[in-house]
Amino acid sequence: MKRGRLPLVVWLLGLCVCGIVIATTRFTADLSAFLPRTPTISQQLLVSQLRNGSVSRTVLVAISGANAVLRAQTSRAFAARLRQNAAFVSVLNGDPDSAQRARDQTLLFDHRYLLSPAINADRFTVLGLHQALGDVLDRLASGEGLAIKPLLTRDPTGEVLQTLDALEQHSQPTFSHGVWASHDGSESILLVQTRAAGSDTDAQERALKWLDADFEAVRTTPLLQLELTGPPVFAVQTRATIRHQVVILSLISALLVTSLLWLVYRSLSALVLGLLPVMTGAAAGIAAVSLVFGTVHGVTLGFGTTLIGEAVDYSIYLFAQVGQSLSFSSAPSSKKLQDRLQNWLSTAWPTVRLGMLTSVVGFFSLVFSGFPGLAQLGVYSIAGLLAAAAVTRWILPLLLPQSFVMPDRRLLGIYLGALLRHRLALRGPIIMLVLAAVVYLGLHHGHLWNTSLAALSPISKSDQARDAKLRAELGAPDVRYFALVSAASAEAALEATEALTPVLDHLVAVGAIGGYDSPARYLPSVATQRSRQSAIPDPDVLRRRLCAAAAGEVSCKRLEPFIQDVTAARTTRPLIPADLEGTSMGLALGAMLLCGKQGCNALLPLHPATDLTARMDIHAVRLALAGVDASPAHVAFVDFKAESDQLYSSYLRQATLLSLGGFLAIIALLAVALRSLGRMVAVLLPLCAAVIVCAFGLAVLGRELTLLHLVGMLLIVAVGSNYALFFDSTHVRRAGPLAVTTLASLTFANLATVMGFGVLAFSSVPLLSALGETVGMGAILALVFSAVFAHDRPDEIPV
Amino acid sequence: MPARLVSLLCAALLSPLNGAWGADFDVTTLMQQLAQVHVQRGTFVERKYIGILQHPIESSGELVYRAPDHLEKRTLLPKPESLVLEGEMLTMSRNGRQQTVSLYQYPDLGTLIDSIRSILAGDQKALEAAFEVRIEGSLEQWKLELTPKLEGAQKMIDHIEIRGAGRRVHSVEIVQPDHDRSIMTIENSATPP
Repeated sequence: MKRGRLPLVVWLLGLCVCGIVIATTRFTADLSAFLPRTPTISQQLLVSQLRNGSVSRTVLVAISGANAVLRAQTSRAFAARLRQNAAFVSVLNGDPDSAQRARDQTLLFDHRYLLSPAINADRFTVLGLHQALGDVLDRLASGEGLAIKPLLTRDPTGEVLQTLDALEQHSQPTFSHGVWASHDGSESILLVQTRAAGSDTDAQERALKWLDADFEAVRTTPLLQLELTGPPVFAVQTRATIRHQVVILSLISALLVTSLLWLVYRSLSALVLGLLPVMTGAAAGIAAVSLVFGTVHGVTLGFGTTLIGEAVDYSIYLFAQVGQSLSFSSAPSSKKLQDRLQNWLSTAWPTVRLGMLTSVVGFFSLVFSGFPGLAQLGVYSIAGLLAAAAVTRWILPLLLPQSFVMPDRRLLGIYLGALLRHRLALRGPIIMLVLAAVVYLGLHHGHLWNTSLAALSPISKSDQARDAKLRAELGAPDVRYFALVSAASAEAALEATEALTPVLDHLVAVGAIGGYDSPARYLPSVATQRSRQSAIPDPDVLRRRLCAAAAGEVSCKRLEPFIQDVTAARTTRPLIPADLEGTSMGLALGAMLLCGKQGCNALLPLHPATDLTARMDIHAVRLALAGVDASPAHVAFVDFKAESDQLYSSYLRQATLLSLGGFLAIIALLAVALRSLGRMVAVLLPLCAAVIVCAFGLAVLGRELTLLHLVGMLLIVAVGSNYALFFDSTHVRRAGPLAVTTLASLTFANLATVMGFGVLAFSSVPLLSALGETVGMGAILALVFSAVFAHDRPDEIPV
Repeated sequence: MPARLVSLLCAALLSPLNGAWGADFDVTTLMQQLAQVHVQRGTFVERKYIGILQHPIESSGELVYRAPDHLEKRTLLPKPESLVLEGEMLTMSRNGRQQTVSLYQYPDLGTLIDSIRSILAGDQKALEAAFEVRIEGSLEQWKLELTPKLEGAQKMIDHIEIRGAGRRVHSVEIVQPDHDRSIMTIENSATPP
């Protein structure tokens, strides 16, 4: 028989194409693998806040060690240095940034008649002026009198003070020696905002390096320690962790599987040939993901190590069965090898193919997942498994040397066969175990699942706790509730926000909320600014009224600078967001007013009634906001915690549906392939039992199940079906001595799979470890259960 | 022996007087005396004379000092207000609003407030760090004149005159570069120990 060269050419060409695609692929390891693709509008907002909002760009910095004086000095020097650095837009440490304060004061003073909430038509009547003057005189009498006195001749009605009062902060952190400190005074705290977007992990990484380097430059003693936390730190850490682990896990996995193959084959050529399907599969997988998604996530490569475990099975089946019993033949001829190959193709290959197809069908359901990490895993595995199986079927037979010999592994098979004969004794206990698992899971089904999005977070609990503590120290805990105003433009959003203000003020007055922040507080809409301008009377009228209002208290002649400023304000151009750039008001506005292609969203944080109980009358707030008509703008109440939990539960629901769909597809495939209800049940029952016991095991180990565990359970069925099918085909064909090698090769294949997934279980990335521990445990159970429940006549197991 | 004992006793009894009523009355002596006061309470009346205003602005209330670093000014008229300085934190309460700042945040104002406290605490070092200090009179009737050293404070304050008798402060007068001034007179309600 002439060996066709066409498959080889196709294969090599395919590899080249994969190589080219991979060379041009963009690999990412940022957090986007953990974020959804198709959320609702408020979820989109949540995601864009998570990715690019001001929170995502804020680094919390703690300086500890040495003594309080040194810490405060270092905090000042550090802040001064960071403020010179273009990588950061804002550096807050409690110590005023004199340059920024000067910009703030200039903006506030120059535009006080546009910004002051006290300006309306009444303000410039005799009575209004008299009252405003009286208020300012009262404040002159107060402790701050000395500080506000210089403003008197140009701002006798106190508009700068009015504006400042409106901007006043809710709570200030503790101070120590003039800079922010933790409550116990043991750390200095800074709040640093990077210029780069939160999703630009490269830029965030550079910014963090700057923080380290600048701290090093101002550090006067090694006793001083720097600690960084916050979303940019987490993003960079996560990426580094994923990168690191993908490399380590793949290496360990490859090493283990290679060692296993060496143990089995004891031949370098067989080892290399055995790895060909795996490598081709990996290349095809990466190339496919790159073509479908444009980028390849690091997590996908991490998941990909599982492919090593499964794809290597095919060559194990081929070699173990084609190479066996050769040791008994003194002079193997090419005809004999060809015969055995033909034999393998006609008897074992259909089973391998069916097993591979069930895996592909299982993975296929993941392709539809809204979770990018999972969808990529689906595509990667399908392409990888198809390529690996194809290489096993069409390429390896061409490359097998004529003298291909497998070391005799029959002893192991015989030993396993002997073990198998005692399996009847195991049936009872296993059935009991499954029943116990069903009862346990039934009783505890309420708290098996972790229903919070944080369950998927790659950030460790201790890091999260540390972050929360620093945030609390700064009096800036995560805000959960927001009023959301969506409009076509920034101006429309600000106008609608102003329309919303009386409603929110009322909610504060009745105690439903403790307070709120609003972008309109920092920048009134142009309409409001214009109405303030129109409230300003002619200079002559104003002068007359002022003198009447000031009579007996202030010599109005000395207030001429005031008249000039007010008159100039009548015709000045109203402020727009760009005018606030570089000021602290601009930063606050930027954090709350988010503009994109679809328009602008104003996010108004709502604070709980008191800091102690953190209560909010959600119902009243929801009702009040629903009653606001700000059309054409849209007003809504947003609970970010509920949104993110809902996001997760929709993930979970979707994953449940996809897993069920995948399971049904596997059943359908088996129905078509096996055409026997009895055989289908015999194949599926042990797999279902493996899933149940695996879930029980995870619960007993104290794991809270996440959607990755659920997906792992689908994969137990998809992967485990290979073993069940082999027992099924052995049973059907009443095969003779083949069964011994089948048993041995199944065990090796299983070991390889368990290694591939099992290594993932040790990952510190929850996504990877959840999948690893589920499939690793499940694969062993699937093999054992399939063997124990294979068929009823143990005497049929040949020796 | 008895003669020597008597002279020792005399010396012991007279020694505090020596420092206080001796010929060389100086800042150190006054500060040492003031440092003995741990709690001081009083009422104050403050008048501010501001150029463009036709009448001085008057306010009044209570003052409380507790060693080492608590100073409280409770204004009752014309509008209730309180200023509490505790360590470096200054808390201002007014119109139902409360605001806390660090003295370091406002170097100009901070120096001023801190100087009053350092006089009450008898902290000569802190006082001389911020001001040129001149003293006149005797312990029974003294006057401190403070001229700010820091440029920021110089813009707001030309000089401060503090008058007192023994361990009591009677008045604080702040004169600004534009000749506006404020005078606070203090009446002690409790005699220091």
